[in-house]
Amino acid sequence: MSKILIRGAKVLGGEPQDVLIDGGTIAQVGSGLSAEGAEVVEAEGKVLLPGLVDLHTHLREPGREDSETVLTGTRAAASGGYTTVFAMANTFPVADTAGVVEQVWRLGKEHGYCDVQPIGAVTVGLEGKKLAELGAMHESAAGVTVFSDDGKCVHDAVIMRRALEYVKAFGGVVAQHAQEPRLTEGAEMNEGIVSAELGLGGWPAVAEESIIARDVLLADHVGSRVHICHLSTAGSVEIVRWAKSRGIAVTAEVTPHHLLLTDELVRTYNPVYKVNPPLRTERDVMALREALADGTIDIVATDHAPHPHEDKDCEWAAAAMGMVGLETALSVVQETMVATGLLDWAGVADRMSVKPAQIGQATGHGRPVSAGEPANLTLVDTAYRGLVEPAGFASRSRNTPYEGRELPGRVTHTWLRGKATLVDGKLT
Amino acid sequence: MDTHDTQSDARPVLEGPDIARVLTRIAHEIVERAKGADDVVLLGIPTRGVFLARRIADKLEQITERKVPCGSLDITMYRDDLRMHPPRALARTEIPGDGLDGKLVVLVDDVLFSGRTIRAALDALNDLGRPRAVQLAVLVDRGHRELPIRADYVGKNLPTSLRETVKVQLAEEDGRDTVLLGAKPTSR
Amino acid sequence: MQRHLISAADLTRDDAVLILDTAEEMARVADRPIKKLPTLRGRTIVNLFFEDSTRTRISFEAAEKRLSADVINFSAKGSSVSKGESLKDTAQTLEAMGVDAVVIRHGASGAPYRLANSGWIDAAVVNAGDGTHQHPTQALLDAFTMRRRLIGPDAGLGQDLEGKRITLVGDVLHSRVARSNVDLLHTLGAEVTLVAPPTLLPVGIETWPCEVSYDLDSTLTKSDAVMMLRVQRERMNAAFFPTEREYSRRYGLDGDRMARMPEHAIVMHPGPMVRGMEITAEVADSDRCTVVEQVANGVSIRMAVLYLLLGGNEPAVTHPRTEEK
Repeated sequence: MSKILIRGAKVLGGEPQDVLIDGGTIAQVGSGLSAEGAEVVEAEGKVLLPGLVDLHTHLREPGREDSETVLTGTRAAASGGYTTVFAMANTFPVADTAGVVEQVWRLGKEHGYCDVQPIGAVTVGLEGKKLAELGAMHESAAGVTVFSDDGKCVHDAVIMRRALEYVKAFGGVVAQHAQEPRLTEGAEMNEGIVSAELGLGGWPAVAEESIIARDVLLADHVGSRVHICHLSTAGSVEIVRWAKSRGIAVTAEVTPHHLLLTDELVRTYNPVYKVNPPLRTERDVMALREALADGTIDIVATDHAPHPHEDKDCEWAAAAMGMVGLETALSVVQETMVATGLLDWAGVADRMSVKPAQIGQATGHGRPVSAGEPANLTLVDTAYRGLVEPAGFASRSRNTPYEGRELPGRVTHTWLRGKATLVDGKLT
Repeated sequence: MDTHDTQSDARPVLEGPDIARVLTRIAHEIVERAKGADDVVLLGIPTRGVFLARRIADKLEQITERKVPCGSLDITMYRDDLRMHPPRALARTEIPGDGLDGKLVVLVDDVLFSGRTIRAALDALNDLGRPRAVQLAVLVDRGHRELPIRADYVGKNLPTSLRETVKVQLAEEDGRDTVLLGAKPTSR
Repeated sequence: MQRHLISAADLTRDDAVLILDTAEEMARVADRPIKKLPTLRGRTIVNLFFEDSTRTRISFEAAEKRLSADVINFSAKGSSVSKGESLKDTAQTLEAMGVDAVVIRHGASGAPYRLANSGWIDAAVVNAGDGTHQHPTQALLDAFTMRRRLIGPDAGLGQDLEGKRITLVGDVLHSRVARSNVDLLHTLGAEVTLVAPPTLLPVGIETWPCEVSYDLDSTLTKSDAVMMLRVQRERMNAAFFPTEREYSRRYGLDGDRMARMPEHAIVMHPGPMVRGMEITAEVADSDRCTVVEQVANGVSIRMAVLYLLLGGNEPAVTHPRTEEK
């Protein structure tokens, strides 16, 4: 690998500096660095961030390669500025054994667009009844540290307690998809004014909040840490805020779409807005933004959930839940958090790279942009504004809720350990 | 029937007294041709045909000293130009008590023009009964027929150009009785 | 502008009155020797029923045939739909046969909206009931029945339901009839009260343009019309109410309760009735109960809607909500 000089980039949004990459490492950060022997990337006006880390991605392989594969998913990740994605376990077969997680991990390594860190299922088959071999997955080549039944809630309090306790032995963390199943039978959208009018089955906020409340209390009781996936309500924010104030080891994520979109969009009955947890109200959106700004919510995670066209080109009830997000996440965060003054770029780096890498123990990622660190970097043209065009996505799926919406910011370059995966907006 | 707004240069071709006179004449002609008008049923075509039919019915009653059945026949649903306009609001079809079977039905309209309204009326009648015969009375015949239809009783033959409009105003609807001949607006 | 009837909320006051007035004329066709009009000759309408509903299907079919439309009935049972064909493919297949309008009944809320607004087909879409969302022609026929009974067939022409006090009782949560009626009756100026146990009222109802009460007896005495909604026995098992007996005692309409209604007040039911549950036989069979009239009025209303949507070169009613591309 040769030398690359990134010239004049605003590191974490600060003063323009040059960054010299040599091999897989950042060799030097300063001004007026020599370009000798280096390929020069002019980065004037652009913002340089540590490579983004997504703690919540659905790569769909194995089993649903019609919607995404490890290859297409990691290409989408690189396009969006990511250098690590955590791949959720709800594949077919479920990633509940060392064999499946190693397969996914290897595929990520082979393709080389983005590190793939598999998440292991908490329970066998995501059925919520019997613990999966968490230790074996941890000890496998994939080195799983994050466990989740995402898509389903570990609703049995005893199973949840045991899982929280068990993973302490090897420093793992359980990421909970908080959804009380009985309260969400037949649920199709947020329960409230809009669902009452549209006649769609309600997904009440309390179904999320009651599980989060239970789980932070459980985590406190057994002295474990717990991570809350895709927190979506103002009430959940209050509970996490309370738990953190008590010193409970809880971390939480919010998705880009919950920072921007509300359930008013469901009035179109267009299933691109069908997602789980559902789009909530304006009040929830504002509470989530505030919580992400003040650190109550630790990270942004995409919940990138690709689905084939036919699963969205249908009536609401028949449609699959989920949205793709890897290629639009940073733009949505710029729109909702940076443009509003709630976060600066250093804050974005913290919420989208540093903290998620810490929670998932992704070594070598989410590091400072300074000499000696691995060259996992993302260069963003923050002055750009443009319409979202799904046709240009690297993801195999196009189920984005932002089609035709104008959003700011565009990732132009991504480097994974010094190797460019994205150059001038084009995948290598 | 032309429905354009009256132009300022429109000139009256029939005034109130003229209209009263021709309706009286038509009533007499009906009695004469129907040999006493025993089985006559008058059906006005909404909107103004209905008022004319009632006036003729009143005159027939004066002449024959018998009540003459009078109703209305809405032809909207039978029009041949339905798909050329937005749907129109429906008017009332009111068939007098004894029905139409075996009766002499006299259709009454204000202006006879292309004949298409009367064709629709004949179709509508077909669904309502089987009259002995059907005749047509109009206040004004302005020519330009597009179908082989003629009136049995005509208040006034009014030769017109296609560039002209004929507007009938009746006291019941418009506050005064008059027939106006005007120029069609050049642009709409 | 598109040519659809998806939700009662899409109708303006003038639209609704025009439909009721047109239905009044259509009703008179039923009294003629030949109950047929040539108006929709050459137009093809498909009744696309993904849910069993013989009553609604037959009502639409009668209306379509009286207007001389060509009618195709499509029932999802035993069709390609049960073999996994999508709504989109089904609709496109039908349209390829030259269909001008689709009357759709679907178990999923929003399916007709989706059909009308996804660019799948060009045909006009008439919602014949979708999930727990809307059933606009039911609301129209209910309003038509109220106007005829409370004002009069002729006296009602051009009139709305200003100041009429209408009470709907029962399973509002699962009822598309309730939603459509609240929207339309509000548009027509009526004062609507919904009465139900709290479990059968949706969260979010507070923004609906109506009153909500848990007590039937206090609202009965000030109602011009009381509409009983069907309550399915299975709801008991999901803990919406304890027993059938307790439900009837608190929310059922029996002879004693009917006697406390104002003398002119009518009892309505969209059918099918669950006798002994929400309504006793004594009430259902009384001459204050308009169930049979509602069925007859349904044909007139559907004729009016189909005429106003399909009878010209563009619809006569406005649909602000479904205008989007």
